[in-house]
Amino acid sequence: MDTMHPGLAFEQPIYDLIVARQELEKLPEIPATVEDEIRRLRREEAEITKRIYGNLTPWQTVQVARHKNRPHTSDYLSLVCEEFVELHGDRRFGDDRALITGFAKIDNAKILIVGHQKGKTYKERSACFFGCAHPEGYRKALAKMKFAAKFGMPVVCLIDTPGAYPGVGAEERGQSQAIAENMYEMSRLRTPIICVVIGEGGSGGALGIGVGDNIAMLQHAYYSVISPEGCAGILWKSHEFAEQAATALRFTSKDLPGLGVVDDVIEEPLGGAHRDQHQMATRLKAYLSKSLRQLREKPLDELLEARYQKFRRMGVFLDNGKA
Amino acid sequence: MASDQAKATKRSKRGVPEGLWQRCPGCKRVIFGKEAEKRLGVCPECGHHFYLSAKDRINQLLDSGTFTEWDAHLRPTDPLEFRDKKAYVDRLQAEQKRTGLSDAAITGSGMIRARRVAIGVTDSAFIMGSMGSVVGERLARLVERATKDDLPVIIVSGSGGGARMHEGMLSLMQMAKVSAALARHDQHGGLFISVQTNPTMGGVAASFAALGDVVFAEPEALIGFAGPRTIEATIRVELPKGFQTSEFQLEHGFVDRIVPRNKLKSEIARVIDYCGK
Repeated sequence: MDTMHPGLAFEQPIYDLIVARQELEKLPEIPATVEDEIRRLRREEAEITKRIYGNLTPWQTVQVARHKNRPHTSDYLSLVCEEFVELHGDRRFGDDRALITGFAKIDNAKILIVGHQKGKTYKERSACFFGCAHPEGYRKALAKMKFAAKFGMPVVCLIDTPGAYPGVGAEERGQSQAIAENMYEMSRLRTPIICVVIGEGGSGGALGIGVGDNIAMLQHAYYSVISPEGCAGILWKSHEFAEQAATALRFTSKDLPGLGVVDDVIEEPLGGAHRDQHQMATRLKAYLSKSLRQLREKPLDELLEARYQKFRRMGVFLDNGKA
Repeated sequence: MASDQAKATKRSKRGVPEGLWQRCPGCKRVIFGKEAEKRLGVCPECGHHFYLSAKDRINQLLDSGTFTEWDAHLRPTDPLEFRDKKAYVDRLQAEQKRTGLSDAAITGSGMIRARRVAIGVTDSAFIMGSMGSVVGERLARLVERATKDDLPVIIVSGSGGGARMHEGMLSLMQMAKVSAALARHDQHGGLFISVQTNPTMGGVAASFAALGDVVFAEPEALIGFAGPRTIEATIRVELPKGFQTSEFQLEHGFVDRIVPRNKLKSEIARVIDYCGK
């Protein structure tokens, strides 16, 4: 947890304290006065971390959500699930590495996991297009979800994508149609669906596996109609305004529950999920176990009606002058 | 999600040819404005389809005097207090004044060759035809009412903007909301005909516009998910000619028929008859 790694610029005061403490801890013998100093440094580190992470700006939140050490779907598969049996391929075109699907067990409950995959090494990252799925990824997800529903398995979707891939092949194979069909079918899929934004919730690429009974996000994840850079490019005519766009778009876990878009926020360990993957995984697991238990108790018709009404209510407008 | 504007080349921007003489953006020839108007906003020389407002579209498609508007009283508001270079409230007011629309979609019911339909049209002149809460709500209500009254749903999309950035995630969620309503319509055996016109992009292309039992497209419309500029910036190659056109979508299997404007009414009527609706 305390290992030194290059952090984000705004985290510098935290890392300065960590380095100072680790220097002291390296001493072959630690006298009592130094021990006191180490304790003091630990306290100060916790306080500063709390202060910084308690007041992240939306743009800082985006940086945390994109942090290279932030746990990805692959980490949660090993930390949250007792088992994962990957199922490949959409039976139509290929096997998208940016969206992985498979059976898994959480507290012995059998589920289907669908998750964006960003990769760790450069090789992995380019193989999965940095978490940007192609149509075959969305089609694979839908095929496996239908399979899960047939056998009464609930679905857990872990969302972490900058957006659906913008490319020639993606357009040729119907990116729009694939995303649209997923929302259409997920809205009526006869099994519980839990969606959790674990990092980046990038627009249609996120929503393509984002329709379900419980919509949750991790505390420092963001979920947005467009990337802050993209929004700045269009509305401010320059990517340099990404920070302003990030504030204007109101996409953090502080905003979205109030807008009725997200049901639950899962708190992150102090200093963000990247500071303590295990604790984050424990919290995610607790949330999933509890939600799975609750959703399983509901009759399917009721569940589907509630799912429909949840999305049906979204939107803010004036109706006869009233919001 | 909001995608780039249509490339200026070859395709018309919004802006109906007004005045006596016009230069067609398709063939660059000077044409007599009235002549294009008589042909439903199509260039008499090259067949280029000009921008058509939602109101004109409804007048063209529906039997004269049969249209009743639904949910016209809904008005957009500014839940995020969004401001870019301009405040969203001011932008809304300016767009309303300029277009005479309250938001980017008109919905209602009317007759197409004596067949009753529920119809929605998005207008690319209003903030790029983008979908915010009002567009999503009008379309969801349209679909739900059509399901209840057993009417075929026709949605003509002209939306270059996808989900409207100014309403943030509320806009993105309209994609799911309208798609879910269409899934229920489908479940009840309802017919949905999607008509894609120039431009149909981003969150509109990736929701209701893609979900028709039958998908029609007007010729040479820009149709796709990511905007051409976004794709070029990502993959750093020049895009092939004819990329993301109606013809491209037909070739790749995402459009059933390319239907020129003057045939649209009869083609829709024919599908309704085949489906016994």
